[in-house]
Amino acid sequence: MDNISVLIVDDSSVMRKIVERSLRQSGLGLAQVLEAGNGAEALAALQGNKMDLILCDINMPVMDGLEFVKALSGVENAKGVPVVMITTEGSEGHVVQALSAGARGYIRKPFTPDQVKEHVLPVLTGKK
Amino acid sequence: MNASNPSLASGAGRECWLPTLQLAMQEVFELMLACPLQIPSAPPVEEGLDITAMVGLAGQLCGILTVRCSARSAARMASRMLGIDPDNGGPEVWDAMGEICNMVAGNFKNKISGLGDGCMLSVPTVITGGDYNLRSPVNEEFRTVLLFEGEIVVLSLEVHS
Repeated sequence: MDNISVLIVDDSSVMRKIVERSLRQSGLGLAQVLEAGNGAEALAALQGNKMDLILCDINMPVMDGLEFVKALSGVENAKGVPVVMITTEGSEGHVVQALSAGARGYIRKPFTPDQVKEHVLPVLTGKK
Repeated sequence: MNASNPSLASGAGRECWLPTLQLAMQEVFELMLACPLQIPSAPPVEEGLDITAMVGLAGQLCGILTVRCSARSAARMASRMLGIDPDNGGPEVWDAMGEICNMVAGNFKNKISGLGDGCMLSVPTVITGGDYNLRSPVNEEFRTVLLFEGEIVVLSLEVHS
């Protein structure tokens, strides 16, 4: 797939770079990559940008991933945009909450580029 | 690479923690750095370990997980994770070390039955320089030494409670 616009939400700048690098290494063609350090920054970024995919950490300061996913329902630009959670802690409770709130999948760290693609491609093609 | 399912309970269950910790570290390096870690054939000399990354654990398990290595190894790890020049890493090297430590801690606790939802991780801290003493109330320590590209990496979990 080509020309994908992605919003990567993580409080770690290193992790944002790793996620972007993994997406590129997996063979997905990225047209635009936006970064946000927490959910509030991500909501602001969505005000002027229509994305194809949002990859989001769960544990973040200011506004965490769960609050962010819930808040997306009120954002016009986010309607229909798939959200995939990325988490280190793998807390089953958090994952269930995120999926219930509207996230379409989750990736557990550590991950390979192929694993990222495996989780992202189905949501981009509407198969998940 | 599925581990057995060690339990949180003290005593017999914790016998599995050291190999589980080692596995958690090996998985992070294999998946995120595309570089398997080796187990040294003989106890290596632990010197020149001037980068220490730390993550605190709180909740059902309280303690500190640390990853220590040389500055050169840290730069190589950051280069493998981020694609940056290992000779010009700067602060990204420290951040990468913090992320590695964070992922090892998260991966470890996910492998311990009952710990996934009952233990929180702190934001990682990275110390540069090796001439320091760290003092904290430790009841039990799980410690292993592995080789990354031939250089030693020391992984330690100090359990408070």
